Amino acid sequence: MAKRLSVIDVDRCVGCQLCIYACARREGHAGTEGARIDVRSAGGMRRGFVVIVCRACDDPPCARACTTGALVPRDGGGVRWAADQCTACGACREACPFGAIQRDSEDHPLVCVYCGTCARYCPHGVLALEEIERSDDAAR
Amino acid sequence: MLPGDPLARVLTIDLSAQRFEIAERRDLFEESLGGAGVAVRILEEECPRDADPLGPENPIVFAVGPLVGLFPLASKTVAMFKSPHTGNLGESHAGGRSATSIRLAGYGAIVIRGASPSPTYLVIDGDRVHFRDASALWGLQSSATVGRVLREREAGSGHRSILRIGPAGERRVSYAGVITETYRHFGRLGLGAVFGSKRLKAIVIVGRRSLPVADPVSYRRVYDALYEAATASPMMRKYHDLGTPMNVLPLNELGALPTRNLCEARFDGAAAISGEALAEGFLGRRLACSHCPVACIHLAALRTPHPKEPYFYKTSMLAYDYELIYALGSMLGMGDPTSLLLLMDEAEAQGLDAISTGVSLAWATEARERGLVSDQDLDGVRLAWGDGVAYRDAVRRIVSQPTDLYRALARGVDAAAAAYGGEDFALAFGGNEMAGYHTGPAGYLGFLVGARHSHLDNAGYAIDQKRLATGLPAADDAIIDEIVAEEEWRQVLASLVVCFFARGLYTPDVTRDALACAGIEANEARLREIGTETLQRKWAFKRHCGFDPASLRLPERIFETPSPSGTIDRSVVEAHLRQFAERTTATPP
Repeated sequence: MAKRLSVIDVDRCVGCQLCIYACARREGHAGTEGARIDVRSAGGMRRGFVVIVCRACDDPPCARACTTGALVPRDGGGVRWAADQCTACGACREACPFGAIQRDSEDHPLVCVYCGTCARYCPHGVLALEEIERSDDAAR
Repeated sequence: MLPGDPLARVLTIDLSAQRFEIAERRDLFEESLGGAGVAVRILEEECPRDADPLGPENPIVFAVGPLVGLFPLASKTVAMFKSPHTGNLGESHAGGRSATSIRLAGYGAIVIRGASPSPTYLVIDGDRVHFRDASALWGLQSSATVGRVLREREAGSGHRSILRIGPAGERRVSYAGVITETYRHFGRLGLGAVFGSKRLKAIVIVGRRSLPVADPVSYRRVYDALYEAATASPMMRKYHDLGTPMNVLPLNELGALPTRNLCEARFDGAAAISGEALAEGFLGRRLACSHCPVACIHLAALRTPHPKEPYFYKTSMLAYDYELIYALGSMLGMGDPTSLLLLMDEAEAQGLDAISTGVSLAWATEARERGLVSDQDLDGVRLAWGDGVAYRDAVRRIVSQPTDLYRALARGVDAAAAAYGGEDFALAFGGNEMAGYHTGPAGYLGFLVGARHSHLDNAGYAIDQKRLATGLPAADDAIIDEIVAEEEWRQVLASLVVCFFARGLYTPDVTRDALACAGIEANEARLREIGTETLQRKWAFKRHCGFDPASLRLPERIFETPSPSGTIDRSVVEAHLRQFAERTTATPP
């Protein structure tokens, strides 16, 4: 069964951004560049945080917006990125209503790979890697 | 240092010339790590000995360290400047997103020189620096509004820091602070006034780059060990659950909670303003600094009715910490939590350091009781213990300065007592108002001999508490060595810019392994050398500014009110101070 990330309790987010650092660390470096997850305040920290992850749509608008076949729908939901097909046009980023596609320094899309590293480094139970249930998906 | 690591880059911004330049200073970072170690060296280079702290010649230095962006809890920025409050070393630390933003914008340090002819704010985004007009922001009533405006206007949400001043900084109150991310502060020693003197309203720093590591595999291993240790340690629970206000009840129980200008050391209203009571009644949210799992920042949700409009309520989110509860609470006899939170909110809106504000108002309240200051001096504000409305009125007047007394209070309790008397109960040490620990002789020696005269310099109060718990004598000569050793090690932490709450995690061995990931070799002996040298440089700077440890004033009050370590003996503290003075003057700069 395919997996996806889920923001299970956004109210517990304290804005530590350890998830962002964890995602960037997968690339073999430190810092935050290259992270596929983002956390920002919901209009000032007094209001809490917005955690932006790919929800692995069943019929992903980002893949539909891609005219070069660089974003391929994945079985069970979500997409995979084919680097050699990508022209860095940015249409996928525009198409995602959550803003869940980040970009690298050359404007290529940074798409979640559904590995769950970010969730493993969330100390406050905000994130989880979940199996996608089809009926659940249809209902949402 | 690894190739491609931007740590050694120093960004210097000249507000007078509206220019900036970027220099590579490997020498500084290789020899002194970063943070306090590097900042004090830049201060030596940039700040003339006779600089007017509020003149364009006084630089502002911000420095971060090699572990920022790599490891959790390396989350602080050190600011250095000549303090308009004490006239010597100004140093203040803040977290929020400041350290990660500076490091990931590609800098190890940022230096601000000169003064702008008109109100300005700066935007630092990677290699670009923008000088923006802040004349419309100048004079805004609340520091919070400045943040709100810039948050909307500037890019980089989630990956930036917004440093700003309130009205107190604009009016150059000598203990005005700089606020970052609404809830964190470069609070002490007047960085806000230095911003104000430069007509610098705010700095926005955006950063989200990558940083190289020596070996990704060992980096992940060291990271995981630190992460596991941090999240499993009791430190995590302690600071996360109740936060620093967990100290209110134990210190009160001990008889170490300064109350009503330290006329007493136990507060009958302590339970109502304790960490437990505030959590139960008000806790609305916790926040963390960037890359810190602890989330020690506690926000109270305060719902207040509109004074005129029925069924209209305002809900404010206010950060509270132990030091605010002491300085604006017990020190002023404020046992009503709502009034206390409103007073904290006023100090925050004005952009004042809460400790210096509370201690100054405590002196003023006692001075009024004793007839040293009149209601006319106070512009009609009838200061009285526990009167939150009067204290809020007084806080606004410290900033607007309608009378000579408020002009003096805007320079702190030493200045006010010098003009109006009452030095015996003016509770500042080395010119800096005291923190909330009437624990015993080591606590006060710590305030006196700390390079910043801050409780965080060397935590002398913790030595008192340890000695009380283990039954050791309170005031033997060993406390000097313990204080100096602690302050030297804290220079290492402050150079790495590791949060002092994580001092138990970043042992010399862990620090060595973490630094190796950044391509820096430093064993315990080398780290300790850096600590010693950094502290010596701070003392040299203080001496160059004319500071003389022999001139330190000891207010009689601390010898009158019994501490948990017994009544403190003036002659013992003076003897320790003499020994310390000999030691620092004997040390070459």
